[in-house]
Amino acid sequence: MAVSVTRNRFLSADFEAKQQRTSVSSEIFVKWLLIFLGAAFLFVMLILPLVLVGFEALAKGWDAYLAALTEPFARKAFLLTAEATVIAVLLNVVFGLASAWLLTKFDFRGKAVLGSLIDLPFAISPVVAGLFFIMLFGRMSPIYQTLQDLHVAVVFAVPGIILATVFVTFPFITRELVPVMEAQGRSEEEAAATMGAGGWTIFRRVTLPNIKWGLIYGIILCTARAMGEFGAVSVVSGHIRGKTNTLPLHIEILYNEYNFTAAFAVASILVFLAILILVLRNLVEWKLERKSERSGNHGL
Amino acid sequence: MKMKQILSLALGALFVAGVMAGCGTEEKTGAGSEGAKEFLNVSYDPTRELYAEFNKEFTKVWKERSGKDMTFTQSNGGSGKQARSVIEGLEADVVTLALAYDVDEIAQAGLIKGDWLKKFPDNSAPYTSTIVFLVRKGNPKNIKDWDDLVRDDVAIVTPNPKTSGGARWNYLAAWEFARRKFGGNEAEVKEFIKKLFKNVVVLDSGARGATTSFVQRGQGDVLIAWENEALITLKDSPDYEIVAPSLSILAEPSVAVVDEVVDRKGTREVAEAYIKYLYEPGGQEIAAKNFYRPRNKEILAKYKSQFPEITLFTIDEAFGGWSKAQKEHFADGGTFDQIYQK
Amino acid sequence: MGSSGKVIPGFHFTMGITFFYLSLIFLLPLVAFVFFASGMGWEKFIDKAFEYRIVHGYWMSFSCALAAAVINSFFGLLLAWILVRYDFPGKRIMDGLIDLPFALPTAVAGIALTTLYVETGWMGQFLYALGIPSAFSAVGITIALVFVGIPFVTRSVQPVLKDLEPEIEEAAAILGAGKWLTFRKVIFPELVAPLLTGFALAFARGIGEYGSVVFIAGNTPFETEIAPLLIMTELEQFDYQAAAAIAIVMLVLSFLILLSINGYQRYRIRKQGV
Repeated sequence: MAVSVTRNRFLSADFEAKQQRTSVSSEIFVKWLLIFLGAAFLFVMLILPLVLVGFEALAKGWDAYLAALTEPFARKAFLLTAEATVIAVLLNVVFGLASAWLLTKFDFRGKAVLGSLIDLPFAISPVVAGLFFIMLFGRMSPIYQTLQDLHVAVVFAVPGIILATVFVTFPFITRELVPVMEAQGRSEEEAAATMGAGGWTIFRRVTLPNIKWGLIYGIILCTARAMGEFGAVSVVSGHIRGKTNTLPLHIEILYNEYNFTAAFAVASILVFLAILILVLRNLVEWKLERKSERSGNHGL
Repeated sequence: MKMKQILSLALGALFVAGVMAGCGTEEKTGAGSEGAKEFLNVSYDPTRELYAEFNKEFTKVWKERSGKDMTFTQSNGGSGKQARSVIEGLEADVVTLALAYDVDEIAQAGLIKGDWLKKFPDNSAPYTSTIVFLVRKGNPKNIKDWDDLVRDDVAIVTPNPKTSGGARWNYLAAWEFARRKFGGNEAEVKEFIKKLFKNVVVLDSGARGATTSFVQRGQGDVLIAWENEALITLKDSPDYEIVAPSLSILAEPSVAVVDEVVDRKGTREVAEAYIKYLYEPGGQEIAAKNFYRPRNKEILAKYKSQFPEITLFTIDEAFGGWSKAQKEHFADGGTFDQIYQK
Repeated sequence: MGSSGKVIPGFHFTMGITFFYLSLIFLLPLVAFVFFASGMGWEKFIDKAFEYRIVHGYWMSFSCALAAAVINSFFGLLLAWILVRYDFPGKRIMDGLIDLPFALPTAVAGIALTTLYVETGWMGQFLYALGIPSAFSAVGITIALVFVGIPFVTRSVQPVLKDLEPEIEEAAAILGAGKWLTFRKVIFPELVAPLLTGFALAFARGIGEYGSVVFIAGNTPFETEIAPLLIMTELEQFDYQAAAAIAIVMLVLSFLILLSINGYQRYRIRKQGV
């Protein structure tokens, strides 16, 4: 009886070791298979289009490339894009933090509806989003005359472009923050509140350190999307060269002038900017990761 | 407690309102300081090069004639989209669009007086164009006329008549050809048009998009295009040639002063001078150089060699004007929709 | 749970910001739009919004967006997994690339994709040889929508996957569960919520997408016409109301998708809470 038990244990240990070995090698196989699949997908769907942009941009050499970028209309378009992006991101950060706090720290009636409302701009065709503002501020609007009297131009001017940009990017930060804050739960904030901390202190000392990742991701996405927004801005811009053209609209104009090289050259600038932002984010991430490793896992 | 809640609610609202107002102040400085120093011509896609050159020249002409400095800017896009922008509040001093129908719509919205068509000579169209075929070098599919476009082995690229003004000229030219061919038998005409559109590989949303599909992406055997667009393509690349069909339409791109805007901005004088200059030899020369057929006989004679000879008909003769043609063919349920219905 | 929620301060403040911002940027324009469209009356609305050709456009938009969202869910999950769980050269670059579709103007993406996937393009030549018409077809539309939707699923799943405590998995492994079983029974249920969010966002985004699709779609009536293009078509005829009718139908459908997914998540959270 005793002998057989030992033998059994022996056998099973041997068996387990074997299984461990096969599972290690199959695990490595699975790992590389998955990495290969992911890389292949990204290569075909993402990298190839970007390579094409670069390829076309340099089709006529560096001089043509630089000329397209330093041209005054391109510079103006760049400045306008920068202005709209910065304002849109700032506004959306405030809104994103407030709405994510609201959606995750409290229960109230209509919460699901509110959450869906915040998502809705994603689902609205950017073209229709542009039309919204045209209907509200354009010549057909009842308030158009008042705006005229005040000499305020909203659509077909810079404010309209900013509004359209804000509109299409406003769910991003909320959407990034909500899952993270939801996973975090409320206990830490509740504890802080019972100890008598004020709202701002709780936010700064307890919540912010936990959500900074989500926030940074959100800002990145928001910035990237704001820079590249085409549909909605195109409707409210009026396409006046040198005045209401953002970079994406400038690209469209160049493309429609059969000036493909210049169009792709300007497009490559947007790609380059996006990559720059992403590199920056990675740097920050890396730094913070090291910091949190040193100070130990924050965890619960 | 209740008080405090209301207070914080209001604080939140005030914050947002404050930021918004911050944007608002910026608006005022942006719009108020421009005065009437700037002049905007809202035009359609294929006139980019034409008006870039014309604006440069007219800046000088206007300075000479009035002693005033003025910046002439342009905005280009699909003709219908541009007309809509003007209706929606884009402050255009003049519009120079692809077809009278789009200007009519602006007039209907109250921005332009109803009699605009007669305000300037030649139906307010200082230059004209027509519809031709662009084929690949050597014309490998041997395309000669509209008949050849319905052959099974021909692939066509044309913009969508529902979204492109230029494409409506294409459609009407084909329609009139078929009507003459079949002696007015509408069923046969429809069948012809149906076959023709069956051969279309890409219905791009605009004229320039269609040219790009044909030239850059190598789609199709033949592009139905504006004559001026075809000539521009030819200038840039020797790999194509133009085929002139036996019959085509006289396309009259319309120009008009936007009365509401010029009266408000005080730019009527310059707006009218701008359009009149389009008819003067200087303007006509620029139009001809950019491959539009000038109205001025002498200048037309000078540039005669670049325009193929085609029998042309006008839309008024064949279709009784734009609004009728629009209703019959391109409105929802019109003949264009019918040919796609199974 | 209900009462403890209000221990944390800031409810009214954040509610104020959220509500007013939402109103100014979104609800007010929406109301203006609906008000404008309401001039047409029900009859015209039904007539316009459910015309056969338009319905085909919805179908095209929805089916292609659905296909693209499914593809993106699969690859998005896969990408999130390899980015969080594995170390390999080029990982950081890969991570960074995922957000790029946001930055590229949709029109540029559309132009680049069309150039790649037409019969003579770098990718198109292989696909056409295999008998797959990758441009000017439903396949082309789906390709464009996959491109614009890449970041959504990965970015929703990634943070949650990162925060999963390894202890549970270790426990599962100790209990003898295989990797696949652990993934299916332990990890995956945790990821359902972010996966759904990502899916819904990619789906909703795809339905409304215009800029990148219009180049590669071919735009043939009853075949490759997407709903946003039909809105443009109506606008081109100066028929704002018909355009609004189509826009409103799409809006309601998208809102229902988002609402049902949000509702489902809330239901799950509640169930877990109990």
